Amino acid sequence: MALLTCDNLAIGYEAKTIISNLSFTVERGDFLCIAGENGSGKSTLMKTILGLMTPLSGQIIFADGLKNHEIGYLPQQTAVQKDFPASVYEVVLSGCLGYSGLRPFYRNEEKNLAKDNMERLGISALRRCSYRELSGGQQQRVLLARALCAARTLLLLDEPAAGLDTAAAAVMYEHIKQLNSDGLTIIMISHDVEKAAEYASHILSLGTGKGLFFGTVAAYLQAERTIEGIRHE
Amino acid sequence: MSEVFSQISFYLEFPFVRYALIVGVLIALCSSLLGVTLVLRRYSFIGTGLSNVAFGSTAIAAALTLTNNIILVLPVTVACALFLLRTGASVKVKGDAALAMIAAGSMAIGYLVMNVYSTSANLAGDVCTILFGATSILTLTMTNVRVSIALSVIVVAIFLFFYHKIFAVTFDEDFAAATGVRAKSYNMLLAVVTAVVIVLAMDLVGALLISALVIFPPMAAMSVFRSFRAVMICAVTVSVICAALGILVSIVAGTPVGSTIVAVNIGSFILFSLTGLVVRRLR
Repeated sequence: MALLTCDNLAIGYEAKTIISNLSFTVERGDFLCIAGENGSGKSTLMKTILGLMTPLSGQIIFADGLKNHEIGYLPQQTAVQKDFPASVYEVVLSGCLGYSGLRPFYRNEEKNLAKDNMERLGISALRRCSYRELSGGQQQRVLLARALCAARTLLLLDEPAAGLDTAAAAVMYEHIKQLNSDGLTIIMISHDVEKAAEYASHILSLGTGKGLFFGTVAAYLQAERTIEGIRHE
Repeated sequence: MSEVFSQISFYLEFPFVRYALIVGVLIALCSSLLGVTLVLRRYSFIGTGLSNVAFGSTAIAAALTLTNNIILVLPVTVACALFLLRTGASVKVKGDAALAMIAAGSMAIGYLVMNVYSTSANLAGDVCTILFGATSILTLTMTNVRVSIALSVIVVAIFLFFYHKIFAVTFDEDFAAATGVRAKSYNMLLAVVTAVVIVLAMDLVGALLISALVIFPPMAAMSVFRSFRAVMICAVTVSVICAALGILVSIVAGTPVGSTIVAVNIGSFILFSLTGLVVRRLR
């Protein structure tokens, strides 16, 4: 059974449907890139998958046993976080909260998980630094480390390279690629399809002009070439 | 100097001074705990807004000649807090606009009701008392003291028990909710506690000055400290010290209690800001 199945999904806000008739599946180990212009519903789709918004119609089916607290999420940065007084360690550790229930403290294994993930992303040295004093690339890596604490199976990333310069973006993409090779299933939003095609295994394109596309990267590139060919003739 | 101390110890003989000190310090403790999360979530104005609501509903309670106006004031204020602090995709009126409407509206309605139905001869005096707390902190009874002790025990217990959740919900509510934390419930809990603290704190510093207790200690702490835990601990410490100092100064100097506490808070904020500047230079 697929890890995630979206069946005839319609998403949007009460008065406004953004996408309808959306069906796709994500298998374990896949790297799905969701592409599309601004306003095409990428973030709305991700929030619906995460259960932050309810679908207008249709279904989202998770494979048996995949619970909320096995999913990691890298949201876009909010204005509140820009000047938030929190140490890097505090932020990363908060990724472990999902499995703590009502327990008021962190267990040692959760603290170790946070430390391991900081090590993995090369931010251990920043442990005591304040989040608000970091560079954009460092902040994104802190939020990724937090997401990893929560992600046992599935990791959702909303524009992980937004606002980063080319070098920092490349570092970010390499980390994500590595995580996928390590066995984590990844769903990533990106408006840069060219770049994403280098890393992803599947592409879901929500482009309003070209209509919906879902398939492997190879099939996507094939379709692109065909469209280009028709244009040239 | 020793004269001042002997004067203070003389005043401390009176039970009403001791009561004022205990209640003042406890209210300062509660409001600074809440203040950190409120300021960080861009709700610095909620102290003003909710105290205006409490003012309006106090006026209505007086017009209805309720013997205990808390039974009206508390539910109304809690309802408004839940309305203002609710989050999510379905929010139509944005936070600051909703807050401004409620604050201005309840102020006007409150004064209107007081004017039309007032039985008191000294209307301006009544309004002033509600807004600035006047001398009510020096007329506290043992019951007030018990209530504020119970309140602060509950607030501190909530913050100790849910500390990590409160941090997560404040820092990033969407992430918390997406990874299985019951973010909505914690939000509601914070909204209710905020309303309760504000209604009870109105007795102490009055409606208009509550905002100062919510905002100054967290701002002072944030200008120096860089982790959430340090900011929390520092804000509480600053707030408690400022409240105690403010009450003692007001007793010795004969100044109004509420505004003296706020003046001390402003002083501490300036002190911390300068310290923060120096620390950043040195680093």
